[in-house]
Amino acid sequence: MILSLPRSARLPAIVLCGMILAVLVGPLLFPHSFALPGTETYAAPSTTHICGTDLNGRDLLLRILEGGRISLLVGICGAGISLIIGTSYGLIAGSSSRGVDNSMMRFVDILYSVPRLIFILIFINAFNERLQLAASSQGWDWLVGSSRLVILILSLGIIEWLTMARIVRGQTLTLRERSYVAAARVLGEGYWTILWRHLLPNLAGIILVYLTLAIPSVIIDEAFLSFLGLGVQAPQSSWGSLLAEGASSINPLKGAWWMILFPSLALLTTLLALYSIGDALRRSISAK
Amino acid sequence: MIRRLASLPVVLFCVVTITFFLIRLSPGGPFDSERKLPPGIEKQLLAKYKLDGPILGQYTGYLKDLIHGDLRLSTKYRNRSVNEIMAQTLPVTLTLGATALLIAVTTGVWLGAFAAARPGTPAEGGALAMTLLAISLPSFVLGPLLILIFAIKLAWLPVGGWGSPLQLILPAVTLAIPYAAVIARLLHDSLRETLAEDFVRTARAKGLSERAVVYRHALRVAILPMISYLGPLAANLLTGSIVVETIFHIPGAGGFFVNSILNRDGFLLGGVVIVYCVLLVIFNLLVDLSYRLLDRRIQET
Repeated sequence: MILSLPRSARLPAIVLCGMILAVLVGPLLFPHSFALPGTETYAAPSTTHICGTDLNGRDLLLRILEGGRISLLVGICGAGISLIIGTSYGLIAGSSSRGVDNSMMRFVDILYSVPRLIFILIFINAFNERLQLAASSQGWDWLVGSSRLVILILSLGIIEWLTMARIVRGQTLTLRERSYVAAARVLGEGYWTILWRHLLPNLAGIILVYLTLAIPSVIIDEAFLSFLGLGVQAPQSSWGSLLAEGASSINPLKGAWWMILFPSLALLTTLLALYSIGDALRRSISAK
Repeated sequence: MIRRLASLPVVLFCVVTITFFLIRLSPGGPFDSERKLPPGIEKQLLAKYKLDGPILGQYTGYLKDLIHGDLRLSTKYRNRSVNEIMAQTLPVTLTLGATALLIAVTTGVWLGAFAAARPGTPAEGGALAMTLLAISLPSFVLGPLLILIFAIKLAWLPVGGWGSPLQLILPAVTLAIPYAAVIARLLHDSLRETLAEDFVRTARAKGLSERAVVYRHALRVAILPMISYLGPLAANLLTGSIVVETIFHIPGAGGFFVNSILNRDGFLLGGVVIVYCVLLVIFNLLVDLSYRLLDRRIQET
């Protein structure tokens, strides 16, 4: 699959695969004691602890890899949700009458210029406890522990669909004028059949491109919330919350630089890889 | 344009309504976190902060107060009104945001034009790679890294705080860099498109220098998509300033926003959100207006 990518996307794709593999397999390779609080607090990077240790003496590399699981999970699932919402919205707007299309896109414009992340913050904090209560009364134990994560993924999916909707709508507008769509209409195929069988398959390429661009946006949003202490919460951690810890542990008195440098590098590498792939794909599609 | 103006109160009304119900319908009141209060006192407190009675009555009461410009009292910072808090903190946030906006636009336009004027050269490739790197550096990554380098290792700039122009540099740059990169990419793409158009060929045929063609003729047209990006940009800067204020310990509205969520300080939270939205709606209106003034081709529809 990597070979079918444009040349400039190959290296980032390899880096990304490496990162996913490291995050999935890496934590299994560490001795159990590395995950537990130890006596070596804020130890500088050494041969035993490659990235140093944190406030509680836990190995930082292990924490970064485990945080990566959460960050990537949120990114992929959140982007998936935004893809579903954005594609349906864009398809419907682009294939509807002018009036409906105009008002639907006007709504997108308004959402664009409102601080959406701020509303989501309020939303998460308002509904987290409700979901927890509901989950525990239903006896869904798996949901009690990770309710915050679930609600985080849902809400990030809810705010990241705008770009996808715009792109899909624009593409739909040009596609609907194509002769094969007109032919399908003449043959008497219904509205939904045309959407599903003729328009959607031709949008798949561009949707995939914007999916690769949506994942890093969701990862950034998650890190933003977790950095403020309003996203993923202990005992779970993500790159955002690790960065928050790092930011609070550097000052002129104690320079635990590794606490900020290594989580930053992990996040930066992943984002850069994803953006590069998305960018290369976008260019190769618009060149065609 | 008139339709746009008319949509302003509608948007604000929706914002106020959503915010109010999100806050008031979440479980737990503002006084729950403290030790148990005697029922009489709790009732008095609720009455003082107008949190008693049926929820719909509370809502209409809040709307009425808002129309009179009263953002009510903060339940955490006792005896301070939200208006007072906003009057103190908003200028700080706006100074930071405006500086960042200025940096983002100037750097972004310059870099985008620089890259677009050199198609196919390593300079263009390098500039574009740089923007990709900058987009991948959100403020909570960039901020601590810049502190580490410029404030702690080199000790050129203060670690944080507010008051002197020196303290403004790092936070404003942190906030601006990712968006400068977005603008640079946007401008690069639209400038490349514009440079392929007929009027540019005419300008070249007149024997104008490449510099004059790019900067005087093409840039004027190519800058339009960037202007319509200013609205979303302002929203992102306001959101981003919450993080930057936390990193650099700046006493702006962002810190109060985060605390008001943690403290269930409903009216302070609502105040910040409403003021932000009013600012953004007005800003968007101005952007729209300037877009129309700059681009005479757009007719009133």
